[in-house]
Amino acid sequence: MTIAVIVYPGTNCEHDIVHALDLAGADSELVWHRDTDLAGADGIVLPGGFAHGDYLRTGAIARFSPIMEAIAQLAHEGVPTIGVCNGFQILCEAGLLPGAFVANRGLKFICAPTHVRVESIDSVLTRGAYIGQVLRLPLNSYEGNYVADDINKIESEGDVTLRYCNAGGSIDVSANPNGSTNSIAAVASTSRNVVGIMPHPERACEEILGSSDGMVLLEGFIASTEMPLS
Amino acid sequence: MTYSFVVSIARKPGLSDPEGTTTHKALNDLGFAGVTHVAFGRTISVSLDAVSLDAARTQVEAMCEKLLANPVMETYAIEATP
Repeated sequence: MTIAVIVYPGTNCEHDIVHALDLAGADSELVWHRDTDLAGADGIVLPGGFAHGDYLRTGAIARFSPIMEAIAQLAHEGVPTIGVCNGFQILCEAGLLPGAFVANRGLKFICAPTHVRVESIDSVLTRGAYIGQVLRLPLNSYEGNYVADDINKIESEGDVTLRYCNAGGSIDVSANPNGSTNSIAAVASTSRNVVGIMPHPERACEEILGSSDGMVLLEGFIASTEMPLS
Repeated sequence: MTYSFVVSIARKPGLSDPEGTTTHKALNDLGFAGVTHVAFGRTISVSLDAVSLDAARTQVEAMCEKLLANPVMETYAIEATP
């Protein structure tokens, strides 16, 4: 089993995710954005960073990288595909996930631990968690403020996977770090095999990092590469 | 012939605009009490060679649909410039 970790010019979290996947027992391989072939990939990760400098809009240029056609094809075939932070923004720009991102409510880059609550376990990322589970994951973004013009559809279809919350799991404005609509921190496609998450599970994968809460997500993703969601 | 355009990109009404909200508040704080709305957007200047103004405009529209604007959160307006 091999997981393709896509590297764009400006990506900077690819080694973090490779390390975390390795800890969880999965093989992964870095794939340059100019490649066009993802044959043999059992899973795909779009890591965090600033692909193509985030010029124009976050992910706007990256979505036209040569590798995107192969990503879209495999994602449509059901291959587990996750985007973390900038990877989430790219998946939205590519139309593989609903929504878009604007500047944080406070107009500040946020680099801080945050809490998220599991809203749905019907996704390749959250299948190993339980509804209501609170995870402590680092947030590291300026444009992490999730917006969508069809938010009611996203909510009614159950696409929301994680929401920002306080340490006790309550969701309110004060526990929403960046102003995301309905405190949304992660969203899944209706097919549930494509998931975007704004905080970084790979930076919470071992106790020395202050939290290993991200592992349940990465392990669920890895399990999905071997066994599809039922 | 070369044609020039200014593309104005605006956030869709109702979607979060933190720059606009913050600047609105700052203007009120500075004493501009009558300010009722501030919204941020971006303008992009595009010049291109085409056989006619209409052909050039059609291309710029395609650019907006494909790359320059994100239809999920933005609208665009195209204006020809001298």
